[in-house]
Amino acid sequence: MTYLSNVLFAIVLIIGFGYFYLNIKKIIRNINLGIAVNRTDNAKARWRNMAMIALGQSKMVKRPVAGILHIIVYVGFIIINIELLEIIIDGLFGTHRIFAPIGVIYDVLIGSFEILALLVLVAVSVFWIRRNIVKLKRFFNPDLKGFPKSDANYILYFEMFLMTLFLLMNASDLHLQNIPGGFSHFIKAGSFPVSQFIAPAFNGMSNELVMLLNEGFWWLHIVGILVFMNYLYFSKHLHILLAFPNTYFANLNPQGQFDNLASVTAEVKLMMDPNADPFAAAPVSENATPSKFGASDIQDLNWVQLLNAYTCTECGRCTSSCPANQTGKLLSPRKIMMDTRDRIEEVGRNIDANKGVFIPDNKTLLNDYITPEELWACTSCNACVEECPVNISPLSIIMDMRRYLVMEKSAAPMPINAMMTNIENNGAPWQYSQQDRLNWKNEN
Amino acid sequence: MSESLIVPTMAEMLAQGKQPEVLFWVGCAGSFDDRAKKITKAFVQILNRANVSFAVLGTEESCTGDPAKRAGNEFLFQMQAMMNIEVLNAYEAKKIVTACPHCFNTLKNEYPELGGHYEVVHHTEFLKSLLDSGRLTIEGGQFKGKRIAFHDPCYLGRANNVYEAPRDLIQKLDAELVEMKRSKANGLCCGAGGAQMFKDAEPGNKEINVERTEDALETKPHIIAAGCPFCNTMLTDGVKNKEREGDVKVMDIAELIANAQDI
Repeated sequence: MTYLSNVLFAIVLIIGFGYFYLNIKKIIRNINLGIAVNRTDNAKARWRNMAMIALGQSKMVKRPVAGILHIIVYVGFIIINIELLEIIIDGLFGTHRIFAPIGVIYDVLIGSFEILALLVLVAVSVFWIRRNIVKLKRFFNPDLKGFPKSDANYILYFEMFLMTLFLLMNASDLHLQNIPGGFSHFIKAGSFPVSQFIAPAFNGMSNELVMLLNEGFWWLHIVGILVFMNYLYFSKHLHILLAFPNTYFANLNPQGQFDNLASVTAEVKLMMDPNADPFAAAPVSENATPSKFGASDIQDLNWVQLLNAYTCTECGRCTSSCPANQTGKLLSPRKIMMDTRDRIEEVGRNIDANKGVFIPDNKTLLNDYITPEELWACTSCNACVEECPVNISPLSIIMDMRRYLVMEKSAAPMPINAMMTNIENNGAPWQYSQQDRLNWKNEN
Repeated sequence: MSESLIVPTMAEMLAQGKQPEVLFWVGCAGSFDDRAKKITKAFVQILNRANVSFAVLGTEESCTGDPAKRAGNEFLFQMQAMMNIEVLNAYEAKKIVTACPHCFNTLKNEYPELGGHYEVVHHTEFLKSLLDSGRLTIEGGQFKGKRIAFHDPCYLGRANNVYEAPRDLIQKLDAELVEMKRSKANGLCCGAGGAQMFKDAEPGNKEINVERTEDALETKPHIIAAGCPFCNTMLTDGVKNKEREGDVKVMDIAELIANAQDI
């Protein structure tokens, strides 16, 4: 009988981590649907990026209110996880506060957890107020509706729930610790700067009832954490894990430097080579012409772009700084990322349903999710890339899709076609002769 | 004044067996757009004044391919790039200066992979180096105490982290440099980038250049300074839209320096 709860705990733990593992595997498989791109160079700069941006939150604090509150929640999350270690050991072996013998350090740890839990509660409440009462514009843009909108609130409720349970657990524990002569296994350990104010609520209850409540809080807390962990896969909250690889693998080139399609380079070199045999079959090489130029669906994007989509936390900083969006155009960089993720998930489900192969579903990211009108509104100004707290580039996806529209579909807006014709014929985007290039020298 | 402009071409230089210190890449706007041509001339006046040995490609210059690339036409871009690289390499160009941030970005960042390796500087960086080395001196003169707001071109600032050179130059004019609420890395696009210059904007409730001009006008400037011919056009249009062309001028940094010098 005494082992029942330990076994039950082990089962809950295995289910929690097992399901999490399966979903992580699915994410990795989905990200690998993207085409290969090498992002392993310059490891030093990559580690530095990760340390500064993901761990150090350097880009979060550019908007100080959200940034500082976010740091509180983030530090709280990391530090309180130390408590999780104790919870797991206690749960598996039927111990109680196994780390208590380390004495003063333990008191300090529990005390700081409590203060952080309170700070997290405050921060999360402010976040909730910003979303639901102050109604910040970026949380009310038309691109954020339905699940993504409630998702944000669910996360906040989850955090409130977990922090409250943590404090209630400590408060009931403290109440039992303080019973004269001692009670059951509740040894005197820890310091409780916050929950000491909650503990009096248990006065007048029977010791057995408080002990039952304490166990209830403990179970709800750990089960809550496991549920929350598994909620990540379905939620924008996945960023707490993926922000790290995402900043590591982010683009290190200057923001203005767009990639030169290698397949095009091979073709152009061949065209410009006077010694090339015009009738020869195209050489087959690693850089051979791909089946498609640019991207119309997620399989045409590279894996970093897909990782970007999973990492996006839908904060909307990109959209709120986008000049097109600010002037009422349809483009929203956040929507580009959310659409991409939605489409990856759809393709993933298709693969799951068809025993590991993708059966074409007559849908594509382009048109079914992202419209050409959105793509053509982009000024390629990099404001969205600059703003993103975790180095996502919506712009790279926009550019790859424009490439598809232009190179595969010849579907550029008419004036863009005229501009390109001018460059082709005159070497300038306007209809002026190249021979007139130096006329300015002699004009007044 | 234009009679006095000395503008050698690379071909002429080569014929004389000379290699200029720097190749001035004029760009399409600088060659053909009436407003931008003034910027080109102002820059050449300064180069002449500072006795900089430079040359242009003239009729051998062609579009860098930037608008084609941003529009998604990688083929056209690479065709342009490789033809330009052939010309530049034939002249053994080492250092290139340009007044267009779009040309600057493309030449600097996208040409190397295609075989074009040059030291590429924006004209504001080059002007600053002329002042720093004492080859050019300016006195604030007519700009003393004037409020000048600097608009960061996306392809100069965010794209390549050039923020200080244009600002340093404005301060050298004894002018009061004023910052817009959105500046440097947080600057707002003028609306012309990404090939937008060549098409109508998508439906919305405002034009981007008007939004940006409002940012600039909020600083109550005498002059809005830019370092890009496209930004210049967009902001000039924005100022007209606000009917402020009577009291607010849009000027390139090169024009400011040339005017201060009274060249």
